[in-house]
Amino acid sequence: MCGNMATSSLRKSASLMLFFNRSLSRPDRTAVCLYHKKVVDHYENPRNMGSLNKNSRDVGTGLVGAPACGDVMKLQIQVDENGKIVDAKFKTFGCGSAIASSSLATEWVKGKTVDDALKIKNTDIAKELCLPPVKLHCSMLAEDAIKAALSDYRIKQQDKKEELAKARS
Amino acid sequence: MLSTGSNVSSRLLKPALWLSVRLVSERTAAASPQQELIKKRELEKDELRPLYMDFQATTPMDPRVLDAMLPYQVNYYGNPHSRTHAYGWESETAMEVARKQVADLIRADPREIIFTSGATESNNMAIKGVARFYQSKKRHVITTQTEHKCVLDSCRILESEGFQITYLPVHKSGLLDLELLEASIRPDTSVVSVMMVNNEIGVMQPVKDIGHICRSKGVFFHTDAAQAVGKIPINVSDSKIDLMSISGHKIYGPKGVGALYVRRRPRVRLEPLQNGGGQERGLRSGTVPTPLAVGIGAACSIAQKEMEYDHQRVSMLANRLVQRIMSEIPDVIMNGDPEQRYPGCVNLSFAYVEGESLLMALKDVALSSGSACTSASLEPSYVLRAIGADEDLAHSSIRFGIGRFTTEEEVDYTAEKCIHQVRRLREMSPLWEMVQEGIDLKSIKWTQH
Repeated sequence: MCGNMATSSLRKSASLMLFFNRSLSRPDRTAVCLYHKKVVDHYENPRNMGSLNKNSRDVGTGLVGAPACGDVMKLQIQVDENGKIVDAKFKTFGCGSAIASSSLATEWVKGKTVDDALKIKNTDIAKELCLPPVKLHCSMLAEDAIKAALSDYRIKQQDKKEELAKARS
Repeated sequence: MLSTGSNVSSRLLKPALWLSVRLVSERTAAASPQQELIKKRELEKDELRPLYMDFQATTPMDPRVLDAMLPYQVNYYGNPHSRTHAYGWESETAMEVARKQVADLIRADPREIIFTSGATESNNMAIKGVARFYQSKKRHVITTQTEHKCVLDSCRILESEGFQITYLPVHKSGLLDLELLEASIRPDTSVVSVMMVNNEIGVMQPVKDIGHICRSKGVFFHTDAAQAVGKIPINVSDSKIDLMSISGHKIYGPKGVGALYVRRRPRVRLEPLQNGGGQERGLRSGTVPTPLAVGIGAACSIAQKEMEYDHQRVSMLANRLVQRIMSEIPDVIMNGDPEQRYPGCVNLSFAYVEGESLLMALKDVALSSGSACTSASLEPSYVLRAIGADEDLAHSSIRFGIGRFTTEEEVDYTAEKCIHQVRRLREMSPLWEMVQEGIDLKSIKWTQH
């Protein structure tokens, strides 16, 4: 009898508390979102998403990764006569971190010279986006994409020089 | 207990204010089309939690189950194995009622049901227990490549103990090849384990035929029915099932409880994993958690009553979702057999779009993906690989789970959002661009990383 009264009053007070104090019923919702704000921002507002004319002489195209690995990045740069990158565009098949890494890469190469762009390291990209260790390979792929685009541009410039030389001779 | 006067009124006011704000915003967007609904949800996204569309991962507890469990948490809290007083007797009665409820759902005898801590423990008990009991004469176990990790890992442990395991491949549809199964059974096979409904692709195996084959060869048949119990009709005698694993939290019951069906005629012997006071026929010692047992019993009895209605409703919603998505966007593949499946588990691969980026895009819907990026090991789902899905499609798969509490609105919203985001992500995808230009992706030599 005594025990019943105690438990019933306990339950009554618990339910009253629940009614008045909404926060008691809902658990603490500062749950860690898996995606960092910056990564989500790059996805929602991608910088420089698109394509440049890949047949143009002053455009270098880098295509890295493989669909079987779940990550493919295409990065294109447009370089003016002074060797400065004036435009960059990207397209990515990959997770949120991969999209953010390539988007950030295009942001950083714009305005740099061809030599300076080579200095961009994957660790800088990872630090800027606060990538967790399991996503570091996305930043490495972005660095590879930059290098591939620059090397493609170099090859095109080489071909141009050879053609000019041949035309002269 | 409670403070009086102004404190009470201010505390009363807060929830009332919150309610009124909600009502006003709902009224202003009352008669608007789907796009308006999406915009409204975007604005309120700090208030609301994502839509739940992951019913294969777990299910919310049915309120009726909670009602059944609560008295056993605070009032009737006795140990069901206490023989000497009323607290024990009333708990034991409740436990036995729950046992009968679970047994009735699968057309078994209540004495054949053992309460465990979940389907993982049941699977471990069944496979390791049976294999170890008969190990002097039988050292071979057969399973499939699409089983749940707990089954595959138990088999791996048995392998390290010297057993031989055959992992049978499956067809592209996800179904098992029955002739291959029959050919693989050897005189020294002790148990065959094939899951009834796959948790990733929803494929339903031909359990009756498999049961007949196993019975004719004198081999025990274990099935992991965690995703099937309470959703499709099961009869353990018709299907000649000897062992079956049941999970509480997949059928709107509590988490932390499950059951194992162990046939009595013909008797299945197994070596217990957990030793102690000999509870549960000596097969699983330990105090049976009465509230959890009552919960799984209540969940099973509700499921039995509502199975047909739920099945019709879930089929209707799943068809609605798939029709909407597939009619609006091209290059979407449904993984798994289209006919032999449980409709509530829809696994779609969106070509040229990566799974994790789509999950991030659909951030106000709770979904799951078979992509590598979502698993800690960066490997895509082994189930998708077993059914022969192309590697890049395995990275592009999303699993939609539909259940008892899913509404039409939720399905429509998910379909709309999915269509919109897939289009957006395809715009961002170099693979889509190449396909539009007419390039055959399989002909390209990709750089290895």
